Amino acid sequence: MTTEAAAATNATQVATTRPIQPTLGWAPWRRAFWYHATFWSRTWRGQVISSFLFPVLYLASMGLGVGKLVNHHSGGVSGVTYLEFVAPALLAMTGMQIASNESMWPILASFKWTRSYWTAVSTPITPRDLVIGKLSWVGVHVAMVGVIYTCVLEAFQTLLSPWALLLPLAGVLTGLAYAAPIAAFTATQENEKSFPVFYRFAIIPMFLFSGSFYPIAQLPTWLRTVVQFVPLYHGVAICRTLALGQGSLAATAYHAGVLLALATIGAWLCVRNFRKRLEA
Amino acid sequence: MSLVAARGLVKRFGDFTAVDGIDFEIYRGESFGFLGPNGAGKTSTMKMVSCISPPTEGTLLVLGQDPKTKGPQIRARLGLVPQEDSLELELSAMDNLMMYGRYFDLPRAEIKRRATELLEFTQLSERANDKADNFSGGMKRRLTIARSLISDPDLLILDEPTTGLDPQARHLVWERLYRLKSEGVTLVITTHYMDEAEQLCDRLVVMDRGKIVAEGAPQALIQQHSTREVLELRFAMNGHGPHAAAVADLADRVEELPDRLLLYVGDGDEALAAVHARGLAPQSALVRRSTLEDVFLRLTGRTLVD
Repeated sequence: MTTEAAAATNATQVATTRPIQPTLGWAPWRRAFWYHATFWSRTWRGQVISSFLFPVLYLASMGLGVGKLVNHHSGGVSGVTYLEFVAPALLAMTGMQIASNESMWPILASFKWTRSYWTAVSTPITPRDLVIGKLSWVGVHVAMVGVIYTCVLEAFQTLLSPWALLLPLAGVLTGLAYAAPIAAFTATQENEKSFPVFYRFAIIPMFLFSGSFYPIAQLPTWLRTVVQFVPLYHGVAICRTLALGQGSLAATAYHAGVLLALATIGAWLCVRNFRKRLEA
Repeated sequence: MSLVAARGLVKRFGDFTAVDGIDFEIYRGESFGFLGPNGAGKTSTMKMVSCISPPTEGTLLVLGQDPKTKGPQIRARLGLVPQEDSLELELSAMDNLMMYGRYFDLPRAEIKRRATELLEFTQLSERANDKADNFSGGMKRRLTIARSLISDPDLLILDEPTTGLDPQARHLVWERLYRLKSEGVTLVITTHYMDEAEQLCDRLVVMDRGKIVAEGAPQALIQQHSTREVLELRFAMNGHGPHAAAVADLADRVEELPDRLLLYVGDGDEALAAVHARGLAPQSALVRRSTLEDVFLRLTGRTLVD
């Protein structure tokens, strides 16, 4: 045996006998991400079925019910049928809905009831990792549902442009614009009292008044100004542009910029509030 | 070399000072305790030592490194058993360990191997695939201990490890901790149970109102601050004050508690005979050895468990 071969054998022996030590590894936040994915994976079957069912029911009722009425009276909206008009909004609305659900009770639970955030920060995971892990999970969750919804939309023949392939991404952007600020707020809460109020007086009005069901041109001027501050309005606008292939690049960039800014500021606040709470 | 070295450690929450300038050192292989009543600052100290909460003032070195800059690196080598259970109740015992192990970036196969061993060690093997939600308090605590050991830590930190457990479950936890101790694992334990401190700690500090009031081995502290034996007297009448005066000269020191008198003496039986000789008739009398409880009473004038 040559000296080199002997050295190599020795090296292998050392490598196999050395105990495996914990490491920080690359991107520790990815482990906070897996935490959420693990829990989701336990119930995904039920969720996938409802992910198909909801848009089918929604499109059926909007297209066959309301749509028939609208088309009969005014011959569609903005040059497309009512179904084509209202369908893409579904992506943005779902982004908002998943994001707000994920960012209220589950986050408070991780602080107060399951205490899983405290568990995580006693390991190499930092509050910042938890925030990035959580927000990236919300993004992936919205994206998965978004892909299913986009397929359903295509099945209903409501997509008029190849840009519609980007619809799931528009959903993710809308979702993050909600998830990050709401999560930052949740991190300051001691109980769930404010959540139903937030739902009733913020989420539901946004759902009704952000141009999902009718063009905001229908609204009085003052309300149109208010709507500019609603993230869902910007999300719906992007989705509609992508699905129908109409609308200007500048307008889309503006809408995306607003959402991106909200998500970025929200994420920054989130890290700050998570650190404040977990490192107290 | 010390695993933990603290100098002038302070933790404030707004106006409230939870930890008020404490010094201590914890050495490899020893079992070190923080004994004190609720609110003494033990948990705040533990959070600083486990590199979760930064000190407001003072210097702290854990495993020779500064938690301010090396928090994640240090925590990779610590095990923490928090005061409140924080298991994933929806997950099985095994999955709880798998999940926690991944936070340390250990390979799956290695976590699985260690988890199997640790479930064996904490006598939970038969329940490995049961949801943690179905576990008793003692089993949850043992699972939390198993979880804290998944990273093979250099330092195991236990915050009130047996609070809320029934006596049998406590003894099972103690027995496991004793085994870890004999295997050379460095333990840091907080407790407000003096028997826990006496059983498990080689060395301890007594904390009260954010300060360290005494430090040493349990037996040394007892010798230093108390007598060999204690005579406990209960009188039928309300108020032990007059009786305290009547027996004051029989003991080194007399403590008056709401329900009994404690006479600190060298020989309890001899003192009891003297009490009887004076024609005093306590309803009950008990002779026992001095404990850390007596040390705490001596140093702070209060009992440990209110």
